[in-house]
Amino acid sequence: MRRLILLLNAVLLCSLFGPALAQDTMPPAPYAYRQLDDPGQEAAAQDLMETLRCLKCQSQSIADSDAPMAGDMRHQVRIRIAAGESPDDIRTWLVQRYGDYVSYKPEVSSTTWPLFAIPVLLILLAGGILVGRFRRRGA
Amino acid sequence: MIAELGLAALWLAAALAALQMVAGFMAVRDDGSSELVRLIRPAAIAQGVLVTFSFAMLVWLFAITDLSVKLVVSNSHSMKPLIFKLSGTWGNHEGSMLLWVMVMGLAGALIAAVERRLPERTMNATLAAQGVVSLGFYAFLLLSSNPFERLPTPAPEGMGLNPLLQDIGLAFHPPTLYLGYVGLSVAFSFAVGALLTRQVTPNFARAMRPWVLGAWVMLTVGITAGSYWAYYELGWGGWWFWDPVENASLMPWLAATALLHSASVLASRDALRTWTIMLGVVAFSMSMVGTFLVRSGILTSVHAFAVDPERGSFILVLLGIFIGGALLLFALRASTISEGQRFALASREGALVFNNVMLSAILAIVLLGTLYPLLTEAFDVRVSVGPPYFNPVGAIFTVPMLAVMAVGPLLRWRRDRADRIGREVALFAALVLAALILFSLLAEMAILPLLGLALGIGLAVASLLPLRGRKLSRTPLATWGMVTAHFGIAVALIGMASESAFTEERLAAVAEGGSTTVGPWTIELQGVEPVAGPNWTAIQGRLAASYDGGEVKMLTPQSRNFWAPPQQTTESALVTRWNGQLYAVVGDRAPDGRWQLRLWWKPLVPLIWYGGLLVALGGVLALIGRVISDIRHRRLAARIAQRRADREAMA
Repeated sequence: MRRLILLLNAVLLCSLFGPALAQDTMPPAPYAYRQLDDPGQEAAAQDLMETLRCLKCQSQSIADSDAPMAGDMRHQVRIRIAAGESPDDIRTWLVQRYGDYVSYKPEVSSTTWPLFAIPVLLILLAGGILVGRFRRRGA
Repeated sequence: MIAELGLAALWLAAALAALQMVAGFMAVRDDGSSELVRLIRPAAIAQGVLVTFSFAMLVWLFAITDLSVKLVVSNSHSMKPLIFKLSGTWGNHEGSMLLWVMVMGLAGALIAAVERRLPERTMNATLAAQGVVSLGFYAFLLLSSNPFERLPTPAPEGMGLNPLLQDIGLAFHPPTLYLGYVGLSVAFSFAVGALLTRQVTPNFARAMRPWVLGAWVMLTVGITAGSYWAYYELGWGGWWFWDPVENASLMPWLAATALLHSASVLASRDALRTWTIMLGVVAFSMSMVGTFLVRSGILTSVHAFAVDPERGSFILVLLGIFIGGALLLFALRASTISEGQRFALASREGALVFNNVMLSAILAIVLLGTLYPLLTEAFDVRVSVGPPYFNPVGAIFTVPMLAVMAVGPLLRWRRDRADRIGREVALFAALVLAALILFSLLAEMAILPLLGLALGIGLAVASLLPLRGRKLSRTPLATWGMVTAHFGIAVALIGMASESAFTEERLAAVAEGGSTTVGPWTIELQGVEPVAGPNWTAIQGRLAASYDGGEVKMLTPQSRNFWAPPQQTTESALVTRWNGQLYAVVGDRAPDGRWQLRLWWKPLVPLIWYGGLLVALGGVLALIGRVISDIRHRRLAARIAQRRADREAMA
């Protein structure tokens, strides 16, 4: 079973990196439109798929797209979940291949820190405005 | 000839906007002594008529599919159904901008014709500001996106409209949003006018309020319709994607919501003067940012924008002039405008200030998450910001806001004691806690849907409490409006949380005659057959669905192929029950002859859009209430003036 999955991976990786035309003529990967039998695993796969960007679409996750590449990525996610990989590992694997762009869930890094610093500033600012406004009143 | 008439009318309207601007500013400078003053209102009205005429000419060109006009050729097709020919008028860049200026012209004409509450000098300043904004958009249309441009030789056939847009929902979605954007531009003009003449008074807020309310209703309807369109048209059952285009409409809505509440405080309590002005500027800025995002092409790719930056730069420059100018004016005048009446923390104003701060923070988060990826893309670092960011970060501010929203309307103006509404607060808290405990025991739910459900249930009850102890027939319409809108927020929240927590999905390959299940539904694929429409062909699945073995409902989802331009779309089929929606899509045929079906059972999902419509209905009620009382005041004032005149005549 494990070897079969490795083989499938190899085949699919080729198709992932292959030219777009070749993808269109091939039938969709088995798990592109098929759920995993285990409901827990399928739910985990679904949660992960909703946070991965379809690279060929405009602002759609791979869970919302008919694009062949999204189908291939859904297949990848499902078989990796079925093989027991954790969603975080799969995300890391995809980010290594396609870059941060593929993940809708930004992680704190040298390029994304403002996304996390600014909300903290906002909390302080909002608190400051409210405290300032009402304490002055009370006095 | 028709195209030339339209273009000429547009140039004339632009000239009148310039006149309105110059005359308005001169009137403000030398206190209305100039002869030009008398031209301001007629110029605004004539401008509205001319630009409407121009838009009508463009609609006419699309209706007859005049293939010598470039815009018609690139966006229409002679075989398209008439309704989509007409909606194609604004389903493109040039046409939609013309629609924008038309609505703006009509709004300017309307305030010029009916608004008499404000001092004449402030009114002139407002119309002058309106002239500046209009002139900017006329320049944009005439210089960089002329909708009436002719082709050297007429084309044999048009290129058609994107099939995704050939949908009745989407035909009316952009105009509603534009009405909202333009309403906010009027609020902006009022704010600038009031700043210029230092007349930030309750009357200013009363004059501005119907426009903010109207804009807010339109934005609410537009966002709700857009969300439902994405839900049924894209074929995957998603209803909100935190897509930059959606955020472009959400940001003005958030700002307008804050502005609406702030203007209400100013109108009835003469407090929050600077807040109201600032939010007026911010709300229109967000409309401009939204227009820039959608119209500049920057979303497809920052680099595509850099290659052909003409339109995007134009909007950016306009944005800079309008917003920079307004902020500069604000900075110069803010010190001369006092804050207005004071109030305590535990007061209705206090709750409204709290929620305005929260709304502004949510707005900042959405703006940050939308613009940040564009910013890094300019430096060739591509990141994605999606639901896993927006949902939790937004919730930091949304959760306290919802809690305050539940109790705020129960507080009295100016100063109140928190213990006076202790029982109501306890009721709300008990409902939320009970729901939290119940749902976390009964179902395995993620934290955000759980919070959403609990707060939604608490808020649904709490939002009705302001009606308690009131004589319902004598309750003002505006109060009904508030209660309806707040209740609508609760309803939508329950729908969102339920969709996210309880949706069940089934992807299955089914042979004709075979069946499958999703949630409580059993679905049989009775057959698949080809069907044809006016400009498409499709395969259509015939599904017989039964809920819990009950009555059979037929569904006919389609997979459509359009030929001009060639594109495939999925037409989902829905069965709506009181407790949710069944969503069915038919996909491709597998090599073994079975058909791919995608089925979802989404409990309570329609509440999302019913909630949105309730919010809009609340806005409409409040608007009607305000307009009626304004008319009453005017009649009364007219009668008093009449009586005084009579008495003087007698004497």
